[in-house]
Amino acid sequence: MISFHGVGVRYGSAQALAEVSEQVPAGQWLGIIGRNGTGKSTLLRAAARLVGHEGTITIGGQPTAGMGRRALARLVAYVPQLPELPPDMATLDYVLLGRTPHIGYLRTETQADREICAGLLDRMELAPMAGRALGTLSGGELQRAVLARALAQEAPVLLLDEPTSALDLGRRVAALELVDELRGERSLTVLSVVHDLTLAGQFADRLLVLDDGRVAVTGDPARVLRDDVLARHFGTGLHVLTTPAGERVVVSSRSTARPGKLRPPAPGR
Amino acid sequence: MRSAERGRTGAPAGGAPAREARADPAKSPGRGTTGPSATGPSATGPSATGPSATGRSTTGRAARATLVAVVLLLIALAVGVSVGPAGLSLPDVAGALLTRLPWHPAVTVPAIDTDIVWQIRLPRVVLGALVGAMLAGGGAAYQGVFRNPLADPYLLGVAAGGGLGATIVIVAGGSAALLPPAAFLGAAGAVTLTYLLGAGAGRGPQPGPGRAGSTGSILLAGVAVAALLTAVQTYLQQQHSQTLQAVYAWILGGLSLATWSDVTTILPYVIVAAGILLAHRRLLDVLRVGETEAGSLGVDVARLRLTVVMAATLGTAAAVSVSGLIGFVGIIVPHTVRLTAGASYRIVLPVSMIGGAAFLVLADVLARTVQSPDEVPIGVITALAGAPFFLLILHSRRARPELA
Repeated sequence: MISFHGVGVRYGSAQALAEVSEQVPAGQWLGIIGRNGTGKSTLLRAAARLVGHEGTITIGGQPTAGMGRRALARLVAYVPQLPELPPDMATLDYVLLGRTPHIGYLRTETQADREICAGLLDRMELAPMAGRALGTLSGGELQRAVLARALAQEAPVLLLDEPTSALDLGRRVAALELVDELRGERSLTVLSVVHDLTLAGQFADRLLVLDDGRVAVTGDPARVLRDDVLARHFGTGLHVLTTPAGERVVVSSRSTARPGKLRPPAPGR
Repeated sequence: MRSAERGRTGAPAGGAPAREARADPAKSPGRGTTGPSATGPSATGPSATGPSATGRSTTGRAARATLVAVVLLLIALAVGVSVGPAGLSLPDVAGALLTRLPWHPAVTVPAIDTDIVWQIRLPRVVLGALVGAMLAGGGAAYQGVFRNPLADPYLLGVAAGGGLGATIVIVAGGSAALLPPAAFLGAAGAVTLTYLLGAGAGRGPQPGPGRAGSTGSILLAGVAVAALLTAVQTYLQQQHSQTLQAVYAWILGGLSLATWSDVTTILPYVIVAAGILLAHRRLLDVLRVGETEAGSLGVDVARLRLTVVMAATLGTAAAVSVSGLIGFVGIIVPHTVRLTAGASYRIVLPVSMIGGAAFLVLADVLARTVQSPDEVPIGVITALAGAPFFLLILHSRRARPELA
């Protein structure tokens, strides 16, 4: 569905991304992992053409470089790490912004656009919030509103830049479950940056490890989530445990022991 | 400044328009309680989303707020033509208005009264409305496109450029008829300069406020251009101190010399600017989520910004050319609309234009009555009456829950 051929991005003289070649088939979920500053967000921004890039990115065989902005926005929906959420904007109005690539320049949304967005609010269990200001929504509700806006674009490719960083662990899992369900319902191709390696392994079909702007390793989670791979690209102190159910869990250990903390509690206490 | 209407000095009527202006927030609609109305979604909407009936609230609120603003404007216009140092009674004014209309009923009004109403008051009131609409609409548009609540229509150098253009004409001893075109050219030229410098500054892809074409670099270029032009203007003014009075009077702004020809001169600009700005109201709402996200939604942000800035500049430059520099309107009117009616540009743009027209007409009524027969500079009134009013709105807003 979306392919990268020798994609690179420069910020001034700094090469943020280099020679990324990768193909993500339709309906697949690619998890992008790596240390901070290795170009994960840049890769998504290049895919949404929010930064200029070298090389070629194609969606459904068409190079994105020659597309108009609106045409591209009908193919790719992008959710940034920290979406801008005007606190006094009504939730439905916010989701309606996602219809922008389908609404003619200087036109206003139609009843059909409203119905699509009302349906999405319903799906996201946000219907009661339709008329409420974003500033009054909880973190989880905001996260679903952002997702609803992205889905309102009806684009086959969804780019999520760490969609769950502001949520507690339970809600992170719920949010990723929701993305997974929506992927099934709408046969979306998902590219997401996920910092939590355990979650990345649980939800993505394939993982791509970026190191210093280059693709270090790609493969299914079993191939990537290994002590030696993580040690090479994330640094020491990460270990992969396997639960009885066969799930891979990434845990960290301290490199320097702190004896005081590890001592058993005093008997009198 | 002496009032254009001399002779019979009427009773000062300073209090009435002030009360008119204060009635605004109380009458404004929508405090987040505007529920579904008769204009709710059609029955074809998904029935499961009952509360989505409020989904029309932005559109509905825009219509309601526009209606309130129109009523306010009509009141302002009526007060504007009725009040003046000539002390015409209301029936006199009504009769004078009617005599120039086709198929008017048989009324006999002294020709002098008809002239006062038609040649002095009406052009002044209409010009004030056009200027107010442009300043408030331009301010709202600049705030939207630069995503900066402190943006006003003079931000990119309209005031400095217009002031320089007018000063050059006055210093060179040019005729008064040259003032508007010179001010217009100065204002439009200053913004063009700002835009060329700001959009081309620091070419390079790195993000940040100094990035080429970013709002940050355009605003900074605007500050520099305004400082430069103001310095030149001040220098000219000091070198020709005998013209200080005339330059100062122009800079303070005013409508006392308004004629129908002023109205017809700026009307085309006003119509074009207002049309373009209103057409972009939904796109300005998209921009509320930031330039990056608006770009990812398919908006060409650079083109949107250029178009809106050009339209707003056209309108404010036209306004400045006939009225001088009237401050504060472009800041307080849009924010008053935001705080009372809602922050969507579908509300802010049209309601600011109409409300700005009403505000300036009322401010002008005060300007020519409080110290009759002398005139107080209208810029003094807009700040003197506007600032406390705006603080009141800002304050009363704090206790209220968020608007949708």
